[in-house]
Amino acid sequence: MLYSDKVMDHFGNPHNVGVIEDADGVGEVGNPVCGDMMKITIKVTDDHLDDIKFQTLGCGAAIATSSVITEMARGMSLEDAVRITKAEIAGELDGLPPAKMHCSVLAADGLRAAVDDYLVKNGREPISGGPEHVEEDEQGQ
Amino acid sequence: MTDNRVYLDNAATTRTDPRVVDAMVPFFTDTYGNANSLHAEGRAAHKALEDARSRVAAAINAGRPDEVLFTSGGTESDNSALIGLATAGGRAGGHIIVSAFEHHAVLEPAEWLGKHGFDISLLKPRSDGVVHPDDLRAALREGTVLVSIMHGNNELGTLQPIAELAAVAHEGGALFHTDAAQTVGKVEFDAQALGVDAASFSGHKIYGPKGTGVLFLKRGTRFAPYLMGGGQEFHKRSGTQNVPGAQGFATALEIMVAEREAETGRLTMLRDRFEAAILGRLENTYVNGIDSPRMPHITSLIVKGVEGESMLLHLDAKGIAVSTGSACSSGSLQASHVLMAIDCPQEIAHGSLRVSLGRWTTEADVDYLVDSLVPIVERLRAMSPVYEKMFGQKA
Repeated sequence: MLYSDKVMDHFGNPHNVGVIEDADGVGEVGNPVCGDMMKITIKVTDDHLDDIKFQTLGCGAAIATSSVITEMARGMSLEDAVRITKAEIAGELDGLPPAKMHCSVLAADGLRAAVDDYLVKNGREPISGGPEHVEEDEQGQ
Repeated sequence: MTDNRVYLDNAATTRTDPRVVDAMVPFFTDTYGNANSLHAEGRAAHKALEDARSRVAAAINAGRPDEVLFTSGGTESDNSALIGLATAGGRAGGHIIVSAFEHHAVLEPAEWLGKHGFDISLLKPRSDGVVHPDDLRAALREGTVLVSIMHGNNELGTLQPIAELAAVAHEGGALFHTDAAQTVGKVEFDAQALGVDAASFSGHKIYGPKGTGVLFLKRGTRFAPYLMGGGQEFHKRSGTQNVPGAQGFATALEIMVAEREAETGRLTMLRDRFEAAILGRLENTYVNGIDSPRMPHITSLIVKGVEGESMLLHLDAKGIAVSTGSACSSGSLQASHVLMAIDCPQEIAHGSLRVSLGRWTTEADVDYLVDSLVPIVERLRAMSPVYEKMFGQKA
C-alpha cells in the first residue's frame, strides 16, 4: 500500500486546518471506533463557499482527502460542492489505495453535511441527498 | 538506507549483521554442493549443514542435533508445526487450542484445520498481555491434541510462561508448540528446560538472513511432513537444504546468545529511557503490558486521540521507522487482533505505536524519537475534532 506524492504533500502540509468560529454551517461525520472523525466548517455568501476549514482525526488518507476537498470546494456553488464525488477527490490526489477509498467518502460526506446544515439553519431544504453510498468491495477486505 | 535513518522496527525485521553475511559467503561460491550428493562437493556441503545444525541445537539446548530442522522461515515453521503435529499419523480430527494473539502464521493454519475436521479454541490472554496457565487448564478438554502459544508477543513484547503452559498441556495429554520467532536469542530459550514438543524460529528477526528458519521438533514426536519430495531433513522437510542460509542462521543465533546478557541490559536501559521520557512528556499515553515480563526491545505504546498511521508517516518523514497496530495501516479496517485480544478498546487501539529497538540503536536515536514524536502528537491532537471532547483537555 503506497500513497501518491500528492497524498503525502497534503498529509504533511494540510491546507485549511481549523475551525471557523462564526461558521454558517457545520458538518461532523465519522466514528471514533472506526478511527476516522471529521469536522468541516463553512462560510457561505450568495450560495457559494467563501471559506472552509477542517479538523480530522484519522490516517494519512483521511487527512489528505480532508485537505484536498477544502481546496476543491472553495468558491464553488453549494449545488456543485455537494456533487463532489469520492472518485473526484481520489483523482485530485492522483489516486488512493483501494483500502483507503472510504476516506474520500468521509471527506465528501463531511462537506455535504456542512452544506445541509447551513441550508436547514436558514429554513431551506437540504440538497445533498445524504451520505454517499459505499460499495462493499471498497471497504478494504 | 541506514545513513540518516533511525530504524526502530526491529520486530518487523532486522538488518543482517555483516558478520553473518561474511559467514555465509563461502557457502555460495566455494562450498556450493548439494548436501545430499555423494561426491566431494556434496560431502563438503553436508558437513557445513550438519555443523550449522549442531550449533543451532547447542544454542537452544536441544537434546540432539536432529531435533533441528531447517526451513524457509518462521511462517513455514509455524504452518508445518500446526498442520504436521495435528495431522500426524493420519489423524483427521481433535481439539486444538491456540492463543488469540498468535501471529497469523499460526492463526491461519489453525483456521484451516478448523475447516478440515478439527475443533479450534482461541484462548484469550489477559489484559496484561499474558496467557495464564490456569486459563489454559480450563480450556483443555478430553481430546485436546495440540496447544500452540507464542513465547513472546510480537506487538506487545510480553513473554508467556512457556514452561508452565507446556506442562499444563502435557498434563492434559496434548502436544505443545511455541512460536519463538520474536524471542530466540533475545531471552533464554532452553528447549529441554521449557519442555516443548515443537518450536518455531526465524532468521531475519535475529540479524540473520531472510528466508531462513528452524523448526525444533523433539525426537519421537509424530509429525506429518508438510513439504514432500526428496526426503531431506530426516524425511520431515523436503527440499534441497539452504546451506548458506543454515550457516547464516547458526552464526546469527550464536552471536545473539554470546551477546545476550550485555545486549539485554543495554536494550532494557534504552527502552526504559524511551518509555519514561514519552510518558512524562505526553498526557494520555500508556504502555501495554508495562508490568508484565517483557522482551527488552519492544514498546507497545498507546497514544490516545491520535491515529497510528498518521504518527508513523510523520515519523517516517523525520527519518524514523516504527510500526502501528492501527486498523488504517492494515488494509483491513480492523484494529490489530493482538490489541483486541487484550481488550484494548477500538478507539484507543487506533493510537498504537510499536517501537522495537535493535543492535545498532543508540541513546541518541531514542532521544531523537522522543523529540520528534512529542510535537507530532501535539499537532495531530490539535487538528482532531474530538480530542478535547474525548479527553477533556487541550492538546
